[in-house]
Amino acid sequence: MTAEKKPKTSGASLRYEAWLRFRRNRLAMAGLVMAVTVILGAIFASSLAPYDPFKQLIWTEGRAVRLAAPSAEHIMGTDLYGRDILSRVLFGARISLQIGIFATVVSLFIGVPLGALAGYRGGFTDDFISWIINVIFAFPFFLFVLAVVAVFQNPSMSVVYVAIGLVNWVAIARVVRAQFISLRDREFVEAARALGLPTWRIIFIHILPNALAPVIVQATLGMGSIIMIEAGLAFLGFGAQPPTPSWGLMISEGQKYLGLGKWWWAIFPGMAITYTVLAFNFLGDGLRDALDVRLKR
Amino acid sequence: MFSYILRKILYAVPVVWGVVTVVFILMAIVPGDPARLMMGQRGDPATLARIRADLGLDLPLHQQYFRFVGDLVRGDLGTSYRNNEKVTSALVDRFGATLRLAFWAMVVAAVIGVAAGILSAVRQYSLFDYSAMFIAISGVSAPVFWVGLLLLLIFAYGFHLIPGVGYGDGDWRYLVLPVVTLGVRPAALIARLTRSCMLEVMSQDYIRTARAKGLAEKVVVLKHAFKNALIPVVTIIGTQVAELLSGAVLTETIFAWPGVGRLAVEALVARDFPMIRGTVIFMAVIFLVANLIVDLSYGIIDPRIRYD
Repeated sequence: MTAEKKPKTSGASLRYEAWLRFRRNRLAMAGLVMAVTVILGAIFASSLAPYDPFKQLIWTEGRAVRLAAPSAEHIMGTDLYGRDILSRVLFGARISLQIGIFATVVSLFIGVPLGALAGYRGGFTDDFISWIINVIFAFPFFLFVLAVVAVFQNPSMSVVYVAIGLVNWVAIARVVRAQFISLRDREFVEAARALGLPTWRIIFIHILPNALAPVIVQATLGMGSIIMIEAGLAFLGFGAQPPTPSWGLMISEGQKYLGLGKWWWAIFPGMAITYTVLAFNFLGDGLRDALDVRLKR
Repeated sequence: MFSYILRKILYAVPVVWGVVTVVFILMAIVPGDPARLMMGQRGDPATLARIRADLGLDLPLHQQYFRFVGDLVRGDLGTSYRNNEKVTSALVDRFGATLRLAFWAMVVAAVIGVAAGILSAVRQYSLFDYSAMFIAISGVSAPVFWVGLLLLLIFAYGFHLIPGVGYGDGDWRYLVLPVVTLGVRPAALIARLTRSCMLEVMSQDYIRTARAKGLAEKVVVLKHAFKNALIPVVTIIGTQVAELLSGAVLTETIFAWPGVGRLAVEALVARDFPMIRGTVIFMAVIFLVANLIVDLSYGIIDPRIRYD
């Protein structure tokens, strides 16, 4: 259900009510704060990072700086090439958020129109689009993205987020479709139809704004899983390529040194992923409660 | 009941066909020549042409498609480019290890998840509740490969409690860490869901009635409440199968576990298209079968559901 059923007040105060509910929710606020720190970390990475994330400090500080344990100079230690891990983790936030945002945009661009069309039109259109959705849902998400990315010889980052978007849109489309089915026979839609408005106008201007709440929730929760998938791809060597400071890639590079007691290279980037995904999960859950959305997960 | 099963299976047919077609298209748009990929730089034009003819790569695309679907119907997924192994026999060889891993992961996840969920609901807002839910939400948010490495670091390299990676000829000690790694996420989801379902059920009138007539709290919680909270939990176990298969790809890679997930990664690295095609289709079909089983099990859990 969306805000539809609430007592009739203006849109601004409905949003204000949602914000009040959101603010009372401690986990939601924690999620918001955490997400903001990640975003700020990504934006200001170049001024926050104590070192250049690509710079191999062995040339300036000597060989002792290779795989140096966490210390006051290098809070998260350094990697095999003498690069400062904290700096790389900060820059890694850029990669993760970039993928998260672009892949979400791709999913929305595909998922919203198709879901809207399926829900609004019904009949054969719905059957056909639902069939595509069910087919894509049948694939294990990660393996499918992996296969899409891997068929390209030299996957660039744009291949990665398009591939994730090509799979992730079905989650958005499902939510949009369900909304449109419940809204398409309401009076305000009939009124718009009676006025002879074109279908695209009814869909995008009249129904869509009323269907947005669950889409926002789904997109927020999706950010977390996209970031996790990108990390998994990079870990297996199919995402970001060295020397990109991608969290998944750093874990992959560092894993060989875990057994030698050099744990920091692989562990800190993993904490960054967990922190970021946790932020978006808290945020998504909080938005769902605040916007009063019921979603199947 | 029989007609219900039949109908469910018939519904799955167009989905399976869609899966097969999507995979075919994906592999067909790949840049590069598989014959050259097989032979590397060694192949002379005549050999390459013969390989293309063998694989049917010289046929027009729609004929390749019909040939592919026809072979598939007969249970033939083609031959690996890499080592000429039959894809189906490779899958059969490797599936046992994945099944063993996924089965135990699911069992562990269900037991721990349900127990933690019930306890959290019964002692809502207690320290146990808060810590269990904190662990659960962290478990959902941590990447599976990182959890695996963390466990390796602590239990294998740190305390030497458990041997490192590998299959260990079926030795159960090698099974522990992969199972825990793969089970963390489903356990967390099941715990959260069980808790919320239990809380919902526990506020119902018939629970108050059960308490009022003096039943022991244990009976009220386990018999009256939990049975009714079980349906959504079973549903999520079904959807988790897909997640498990995805997670198995990474878990098997970390722990050098000889399952289908690792087979898929090896195939992807080698760009061994028949094998990629086979593993992806295989996993999708497993997922559909698992969901079918979940659909059918509703009737056993909830007698109100009738199949007609």
